Amino acid sequence: MNLTLKIWRQKDSKSKGQMVDYKVTDISEHMSFLEMMDVLNEQLINTGEEPVAFDHDCREGICGMCSMYINGEAHGPDRGVTTCQLHMRMFNDGDTIYIEPFRAKAFPVIKDLVVDRTSFERIQQAGAFISVNTSGNTQDANAIPISKHDADEAMDAAACIGCGACVASCKNSSAMLFVGAKVSQYALLPQGKIEATDRVLNMVAQMDAEGFGNCTNTGACEIECPKGISLENIARMNREYLKASF
Amino acid sequence: MATLDSKIPKGPLKDKWTTYKDTINLVNPANKRNIDIIVVGTGLAGGSASATLAELGYNVKAFAYQDSPRRAHSIAAQGGINAAKNYQGDGDSFYRLFYDTVKGGDYRSREANVYRLAEVSANIIDQCVAQGVPFARDYGGLLDNRSFGGVLVSRTFYAKGQTGQQLLLGAYSAMNRQIARGKIEMFNRHEMLDVVKVDGKARGIIARNLITGELERHSAHAVVIATGGYGNVYFLSTNAMGSNATAAWKIHKKGAFFANPCYTQIHPTCIPRSGDYQSKLTLMSESLRNDGRIWVPKKMEDVMAIREGRKKPTDLSEDERDYYLERRYPAFGNLVPRDVASRAAKERCDAGYGVNATGEAVYLDFKSAIERYGREQAKLHHISNPSEKEVYDLGKGIVEAKYGNLFQMYEKIVDENPYETPMMIYPATHYTMGGVWVDYNLMTTVDGLYCIGEANFSDHGANRLGASALMQGLADGYFVLPYTIGDYLANDIRTGKIPTDTKEFDEVEKEVKDRLDFFINNKGKHSVDYYHKKLGKIMWDKVGMARNAKGLTEAMAEIKALREDFWKNVKVTGALNEMNPELEKAGRVADFLELGELFAKDALMREESCGGHFREESTELDGLQKGEAKRNDKDFAFVAAWEYKGEPADAVLHKEELEFKDIELKQRSYK
Ligand SMILES: Cc1cc2nc3c(=O)[nH]c(=O)nc-3n(C[C@H](O)[C@H](O)[C@H](O)COP(=O)(O)OP(=O)(O)OC[C@H]3O[C@@H](n4cnc5c(N)ncnc54)[C@H](O)[C@@H]3O)c2cc1C
Ligand code: SF4
Ligand code: FES
Repeated sequence: MNLTLKIWRQKDSKSKGQMVDYKVTDISEHMSFLEMMDVLNEQLINTGEEPVAFDHDCREGICGMCSMYINGEAHGPDRGVTTCQLHMRMFNDGDTIYIEPFRAKAFPVIKDLVVDRTSFERIQQAGAFISVNTSGNTQDANAIPISKHDADEAMDAAACIGCGACVASCKNSSAMLFVGAKVSQYALLPQGKIEATDRVLNMVAQMDAEGFGNCTNTGACEIECPKGISLENIARMNREYLKASF
Repeated sequence: MATLDSKIPKGPLKDKWTTYKDTINLVNPANKRNIDIIVVGTGLAGGSASATLAELGYNVKAFAYQDSPRRAHSIAAQGGINAAKNYQGDGDSFYRLFYDTVKGGDYRSREANVYRLAEVSANIIDQCVAQGVPFARDYGGLLDNRSFGGVLVSRTFYAKGQTGQQLLLGAYSAMNRQIARGKIEMFNRHEMLDVVKVDGKARGIIARNLITGELERHSAHAVVIATGGYGNVYFLSTNAMGSNATAAWKIHKKGAFFANPCYTQIHPTCIPRSGDYQSKLTLMSESLRNDGRIWVPKKMEDVMAIREGRKKPTDLSEDERDYYLERRYPAFGNLVPRDVASRAAKERCDAGYGVNATGEAVYLDFKSAIERYGREQAKLHHISNPSEKEVYDLGKGIVEAKYGNLFQMYEKIVDENPYETPMMIYPATHYTMGGVWVDYNLMTTVDGLYCIGEANFSDHGANRLGASALMQGLADGYFVLPYTIGDYLANDIRTGKIPTDTKEFDEVEKEVKDRLDFFINNKGKHSVDYYHKKLGKIMWDKVGMARNAKGLTEAMAEIKALREDFWKNVKVTGALNEMNPELEKAGRVADFLELGELFAKDALMREESCGGHFREESTELDGLQKGEAKRNDKDFAFVAAWEYKGEPADAVLHKEELEFKDIELKQRSYK
């Protein structure tokens, strides 16, 4: 395949960015999207240009690094995948592809397609943990039975990879799906119940302080989430929040 | 010169750790506040260590090259984590886990360490459950288990196919709690580029801020390296793209011995390579081997027909298939350990039976599992005379519940539905058992410099059993290092802050800076990846699944030549003081180019086959074990710890003789 790429280039957080056109040729449909980007970068290096900076690491859809906005969608046109799992078979010969960083006030651009998602870190530091000592003096694990149903649901919520696609897809740049998933995981488990009130109040407060927008139930986040995190988690967070507010 | 003293406590194996803990020095809680510890790496090992050391009261500075500790490569582990809990009542015990691990490692690990690992394993599960890790549960609400290659009990705990992710999130949440309390200072997007020693002790590091490019000095009373494995020396591996050997290699150059570099695990169940553009290989969890059967066609004409698309694998009847693992290893069948399964796949593919276009793939087939589960379910649901379709649907449901996300991942990558047609798999580089040499305290040959998790060499010997790396990383971080480091730091309570404006820091920073300057200013002609791919090819062809003296000697020379070319002709774009992924890669590949040569040298020295190291010259020639690996305990029951002397080829070998007092050294047979 031969493709035209329109890519956001921005030297650093202070510079102004712009879209720049590139051409790549002989792209195999079996390549992953990031392998296609590797081909482009190799080409740029060979002509002495600076390659496009983008975040990636595991290339297996689990680390949540590869944040890219492709043709107006977080992680591109395929459903339930991250950019590293997106394959070129989703595109056609001659296509023009728009590649931009995730855009949200709380995710400032660092360079090209790389954004700063440390706002997510701070939200989690505000309470996404169970205050248990790590010294190994814990009770036997089977002394805390958990129904399979609850364990499975907690697992589904915990599957969030912190990629930020939900924020990027939301017209309000809301982080409710991410935060909802975190809050839900703990809300569904017997451990850490004692902190439930502080947890949800502090996390929501931090989320607001970071400049994420509010949820207006558009649902784009759920559609674009590579891990299928459901809107139910937002509802559960709201319930937890209401409970905690009284 | 540093010497090797493994510091294994005296006394019976079963009591060593307890006695040790009872007798070591402790640091008074008030004094811990005056002690700083640097932890480089925030995977399972570094994350759990950071959280626990902070919990104990030390001031921790933690470093990771990713934008969050949660993204460390541990997150990719799918299958599970072992622990001797004997919840299933199938006869598991500390001793059995210890025994399986030592045997699985082909008797090349240190007994005392492995026993300790088995002992603390049960604690890990308790700890993680208390942190809210959502392990799989059965209908009674109790923890569920599965089994893994190389063992006969069900001791693997799991959280869907995302065990590593969930365990890491557990450690990360414990870190977050300490970050919030101010006990951990987290440095995301920072790469450690060297260690600083003062009076022979590790007292700090030089790190590069990957956003601004600035070099930073950080001091501490002790430094812990937890930077993971070096499998990316092969370029293609199941590791994350950023996984590297830099920290381990830099401390090696500063006096830490590097042990058993040639012990690499090749994992049998990866998605085969599809083309030259490939950037990495994807692992399919080995738990699939619990239910999947591995085969290639018996007849060459069927192989050809399949490759040319004239036949489908499902067209072949049972007796036209060669279930070669079940044939060769009736006792363990598809559940033989990884080294055995990998070599058996290579043997079939080398003999021409590979089933894809490159000839490097075998089938992993779920048909009979779907059928077996389907019939079981039909019985459970009281369906008499179920139709074939009913059986298939019921069985598929069970397989989907167990492995659904793996099947989906396969389908996304290969574009084929693995419920309908068998998966194709091939071995790929996965895990490195070699690493920085450490004593029983997890301290390297440099005072105050520790190494934990995959970055060290300990516990797995020449081969790692499935679900044991997560166990080791967390054992080191939560339960071992926090004790052993206290023993060392007890001498540091009066030291006070370590200053960074000293000549020691000046010197190391200058070394680091000169190197970075070199890359930026060297207007060469080839990209960093160009060199990395070449290195990877030499490693895979000559230092891969099977090795011989001729190939290894060639490899050493070729790597040296490639390294020389790299230092002349590498081209790094961009500038020093900015985010520059090419510059980051250049430093990592430079280190791989040295490590690769030592790797080959180590493999050449070890004239025996053991675990992940298969020397073709050392093969059983007859008897029941014909064609299997031949170990040589008389001459090689030692850990090879290499001391840096400039060129990798000049490294000096130190031997830590391994003693087996509690286990009899036996031929490792899975027949
Ligand atoms: C695909 C895959 C599946 C696996 N599945 C299993 C399984 O099911 N069960 C099992 O037991 N094991 C499994 N393993 C092995 C296991 O995941 C790893 O061995 C283990 O997670 C390593 O943990 P670690 O903490 O030592 O290192 P890592 O998790 O690799 O962490 C390394 C850390 O070091 C940091 N770092 C590296 N270099 C630097 C530097 N120079 N400066 C600063 N920071 C640095 C990184 O940012 C990261 O935080 C699997 C491995 C792979 C590749
Ligand atoms: S909720 Fe989904 S989209 Fe949002 S961060 Fe988590 S995985 Fe990504
Ligand atoms: S690179 Fe890890 S999720 Fe894409």
